[in-house]
Amino acid sequence: MGLSGASGSGKSLFLRALADLEEHDGDIVLDELNQLDIAAHLWRQKVALLSAETSWWFDTVAEHFTELSEKSLAGLGFSKDCMQWSIARLSSGEKQRLGLLRLLQNEPEVLLLDEPTANLDKHNTQLFEAFVMQYLEDKSACAIWVGHDHEQLKRVSPQRYAIVEGRLVNVD
Amino acid sequence: MLIELSSLDLALAAILVLLLGVLSTLMKLGISRQLYIAAARTTVQLLLIGLVLKSLFASTSMAFILLIAFIMISVAGWEILSRQKRKLKGWWGFGVSTGSLFVSSFLITLLCLFTVIQADPWYSPQYAIPLLGMLLGNTMTGIALGMDRLIQNAWQQRPIIEQRLMLGQTADESISDIKREAMRAGMIPIINSMAAAGLVSLPGMMTGQILAGAAPVEAVKYQILIMFMITSGTGLGVISVLWLISKRLFDERERLCFKRLLK
Repeated sequence: MGLSGASGSGKSLFLRALADLEEHDGDIVLDELNQLDIAAHLWRQKVALLSAETSWWFDTVAEHFTELSEKSLAGLGFSKDCMQWSIARLSSGEKQRLGLLRLLQNEPEVLLLDEPTANLDKHNTQLFEAFVMQYLEDKSACAIWVGHDHEQLKRVSPQRYAIVEGRLVNVD
Repeated sequence: MLIELSSLDLALAAILVLLLGVLSTLMKLGISRQLYIAAARTTVQLLLIGLVLKSLFASTSMAFILLIAFIMISVAGWEILSRQKRKLKGWWGFGVSTGSLFVSSFLITLLCLFTVIQADPWYSPQYAIPLLGMLLGNTMTGIALGMDRLIQNAWQQRPIIEQRLMLGQTADESISDIKREAMRAGMIPIINSMAAAGLVSLPGMMTGQILAGAAPVEAVKYQILIMFMITSGTGLGVISVLWLISKRLFDERERLCFKRLLK
């Protein structure tokens, strides 16, 4: 589903709660599996959050990956030698796209995307959207896509909601 | 023969510390106040202990010696805490630092008194007190450094820790690099001392013993014993501190929990 809302309306907080990174009330259930019934890190492997700013802690790209196919790299517009790149020279857009690939290594069942294309140009935004849609179809996974661009949300999501004054409203 | 120091000699050294303080103020390094307080404390504390040390060593009451040890450990724990920029809230901060000193210094001293020194009685103050003192003095440096580095780095690298959590790593994995870095910071002083001993530095206790007329080889053996005890004590102390604090930094859902830190 697509999710929009004014800055500060709590979209990011909502995603963080779904990934169990934020204290929250209520129960969160995935296919009858309650969040509290499995260890938090296992839950986060299933319900994966891609934050608006990704962080990198090793020196090179490759060290953050365990396995990666050339096909998925190409799908987001990278060639194989990007693995040797140093983190310091990545642009924010490159970080965002590589961050998605890094996250998908866990093969999550739910993707939580927090303004994932904010730093991407038009071409890379298209690649990113297509890549995510393909993943969702291949793994029969689902996603919550947070963004401000309503045209984009219409492209990627059949259902669209907005957070207005702390409530979820259908915007179609 | 010991050359006697005049008050003038001490004043000269004090002026150097004073100059350092002035320099720090001029360069806005913000350490002068702490420096002056510590210098004043060292003067007063050493003068006082110098006066009572003889009667302390003459004491034969186990309860009294244990009380002294208890006071020494609590003070060292308190000092570790006062060197921290950010610390755990409530009794946790004091508990973690004194607890780790208990493991690193008190237990190691006991072990050494019973198995190596075997004085009669085992709590003979002329062995027990200086031994505990040397261990505390050195391990508290390591523990304070390791603790400070762990909490500071976790605080500054919050985005990285959370990123690693988002990628499905356990709390332990997400802070593992910071822990390794803190362990290194805590152990560097004692590893330096061991590496430099005899080549760069002449350890104080050994030198003192030799100057006072002890056989050099005996003095050296004591020094090696002390060095190894300090090293293992520091290592154990830093490990327990890192373990306790990194547990405390995460809640039961493996979320970073900085509200447990004092601002």
